[in-house]
Amino acid sequence: MEIRVQSDPFDFGRECAAFGAGRQDIGAIVTFCGIVRGQDQGQLHQMEIEHYPGMTERALTQIAQDAQRRWALSDCLIIHRYGPLAPGEKIMMVATASAHRADAFAAADFLMDYLKSRAPFWKKETRADGSDWVAAKASDEAALTRW
Amino acid sequence: MTLEILYFAWLRERIGVPRETVETNAATVADLVAELSAREDRYALAFSDLSALRVALDQELAEFAAPLAGVREVAFFPPMTGG
Repeated sequence: MEIRVQSDPFDFGRECAAFGAGRQDIGAIVTFCGIVRGQDQGQLHQMEIEHYPGMTERALTQIAQDAQRRWALSDCLIIHRYGPLAPGEKIMMVATASAHRADAFAAADFLMDYLKSRAPFWKKETRADGSDWVAAKASDEAALTRW
Repeated sequence: MTLEILYFAWLRERIGVPRETVETNAATVADLVAELSAREDRYALAFSDLSALRVALDQELAEFAAPLAGVREVAFFPPMTGG
């Protein structure tokens, strides 16, 4: 299990290639990558991600450990960036590995749902008319009841 | 007791500082919020709707009714928007 919280970009392709490489017990890998959407209610100039150093790592570790208790995961990776990001930049990724695909799919879905509303990150979007903090969606909170 | 209080996102902007050290005898988070709100308008405004806020005690999510005994770090923030 690996958790990385960083301001630097990450190479999604290289992370995917390295994840689970050389292991004989893995039969399935699921990956997800979140990207800054440039066009959504007008052109976005920048997205700033604020986080709570210390709690972020702790919360992500707890979420990943919870996933490992619920599903038979061979491995799990979470990378999440903070700081200013431009449209098209990769914000975060998760990767899950398991012997059979159902566990990897379900765990990746679970990680994303929990990451959205239980990891201390906040997004601020800047457009031509100013900056606004992204409000949490009721649907994101409701998604947690699925698990 | 001495508490380190942290603020994030729009709450940090409204209060005007990212963190501060506070001497308090507040028994619960809600008591601390009431104490801060009585201090200055910027706190009262920022904390006017607690349903729009979350709190963490020593980096674990908690309730506003939670006791502060033994706590060193309190963080206030809006609902999280990761991913």
